[in-house]
Amino acid sequence: MEPLVRTVGISKSYPSGGTIVRAVSNVSLAIEHGEFVAIMGRSGSGKSTLMNLLGLLDRPDSGSYALNGREVAKLSEERRAAIRSHDIGFIFQLPALLPRATALENVELPLIYAGIPPSRRRREAKDALDRVGLADRAHHWPNQLSGGEQQRVVIARATVNDPALILADEPTGSLDSATSNEILSLFEALHREGRTIIVVTHATEVADRARRQITLHDGRIIKDVAASGDNSLPTPLALDSFP
Amino acid sequence: MSPLESLRIGTRALRVNKLRSALTVLGIVVGVGAVVCMVSVGAGAQAEVSEKIRTLGANLLLVMPGARNSGGARLEAGTQPTLTEEDAASIRRELTDVQVAAPLLSRSLPLVAANKNWVTVVAGINADYLVAREWQVASGRLFTSDEITSGMKVAIVGSVIVEELFNGHAGPGETFRIGNVPFTVIGVLDKKGLGAAGRSQDDVVFIPLSAAKSRVLGAVRGTTREALDFISIKVSDAIEMPEIERQIEALLRQRHRIRADAPSDFRIENPADILFARGAAARLLGSLLIAVAGVSLVVGGISIMNIMLVSVTERTREIGLRMAVGASRRDIRWQFLIEALILALMGGLVGAVSGAAAAVAIAWKAGWPVLISPWAIVLACGFAGFIGISFGLYPAHRAARLDPIVALRFE
Repeated sequence: MEPLVRTVGISKSYPSGGTIVRAVSNVSLAIEHGEFVAIMGRSGSGKSTLMNLLGLLDRPDSGSYALNGREVAKLSEERRAAIRSHDIGFIFQLPALLPRATALENVELPLIYAGIPPSRRRREAKDALDRVGLADRAHHWPNQLSGGEQQRVVIARATVNDPALILADEPTGSLDSATSNEILSLFEALHREGRTIIVVTHATEVADRARRQITLHDGRIIKDVAASGDNSLPTPLALDSFP
Repeated sequence: MSPLESLRIGTRALRVNKLRSALTVLGIVVGVGAVVCMVSVGAGAQAEVSEKIRTLGANLLLVMPGARNSGGARLEAGTQPTLTEEDAASIRRELTDVQVAAPLLSRSLPLVAANKNWVTVVAGINADYLVAREWQVASGRLFTSDEITSGMKVAIVGSVIVEELFNGHAGPGETFRIGNVPFTVIGVLDKKGLGAAGRSQDDVVFIPLSAAKSRVLGAVRGTTREALDFISIKVSDAIEMPEIERQIEALLRQRHRIRADAPSDFRIENPADILFARGAAARLLGSLLIAVAGVSLVVGGISIMNIMLVSVTERTREIGLRMAVGASRRDIRWQFLIEALILALMGGLVGAVSGAAAAVAIAWKAGWPVLISPWAIVLACGFAGFIGISFGLYPAHRAARLDPIVALRFE
């Protein structure tokens, strides 16, 4: 079976302070359906740029990118928006919600752009909120929710249209460690459901939850390893004892 | 994304900043309000002019004594000829297109009936005058030729006189005095309403011209017994007004023996022309104000553009998020365009309502009929919408052109 994500030699450069910075350099990568991958690296390593490329927010200067067997690197802006709408769910660092929309309306957002009719939209958004345990917070405004709750709304939004690929950028970046654990448990639950998740992070405790760790340095993959140990999940006790 | 969805998102964003939205559309409100108000007031004034021309009687000319502008020429005292009954008779006789040439002599005089008195215009006329004015009696009858020629003391009164002198119920047979001379009412006239000068045309008493000269006015006019106030001339539809005016002028100059290079000692007026001119002046003023309203609409458009640009900047991160979850550039462009359109249309609506209200107030104050033109409202609101779209295009384009990555990183 064709991998979900397959890049062949993709590169991306930015002009920065008079010089051209090669943020992603000749990266070839294959990610199978159902994988839970962490992309690591220090800031400036190119991991965010790589995520933008994988999420079709950006276009590579060269190389090819096939998502679900379909070449997407050279698609028009409109087509890429349509693919983002149907096949990709983004989980951003907070604040990632529209402040003037309720939790439910935020979750509905991808369905609006996917052209789903209102009644079905409402139902699916409620289901998604239910799955992250926030059914009773549907009509709260973002500023009435805790950080953890907000991030769970973001996860509900990223999964509401049943995307093939979930991309998370520092998903626990502004959360305390207990809340981070909750969120990471949700990621693991999503992984168990068979979803494909790519997490971009510099935090090892986040990366440790993933089943595969890819490390970038100066825009190149320097390490790509399966997680140490077996496939069993760490117990909550072990997590709590983590410093 | 459906247009309905864009509409919902657009109204949501505007409701968040109610005060700002309200202030932004002020220019549009003023512009649309001014257009609706001016067009409505203009239409009302125009209707008023037409109504006055109708009550005046169609195809009417007035000949009045004395040149308004004698160009500094001194006329010897006592030699200035005046309009006479003979002039009127001659115009009627000589010019085939003149149907009626009615002389009129009038003066403000006190009326007395029982215990009431009232000062009004007493006009001496012959049978032709009311024909020229197309004026009928509501009750009673017109003068007979016998009453005209023998100068009998009979009167036809306007409806205001009935109110003021006879407490609202007076028919033929009532008697009253003009000064010290007793008169008998033989007819009451139909209501005509306000005249061109804003004075009620129904506040009038008509008596036979001969009676007026010999019994009522003659005594105070001394030397110029034959002088008339004016001659009302009704002409047939067959001839153009300027042509008949030329004919009348030629005839009277000949009768008055005026040398070719001397100015006329009378003037001919077309009351409809004067009213039309007044209407045209009102229209000119109206179009000036509409020009001002146009400027106001453009300024309103600029302020919409300004606030939309601010809004795009403020919501850069929102735009990035929307793009990330699947909004296409077209969706974003529509969202902001519709927001601008809603702003402008709301302003247009508020402006139309307040403009119509102002027009009603002005019409009420001026005693005009109220004519709110639905076309003006549709047109002004449509133009407001056009302004909203035109000035919303650039901000919407700016929003749609944002790079989602840059927008997402925006704080």
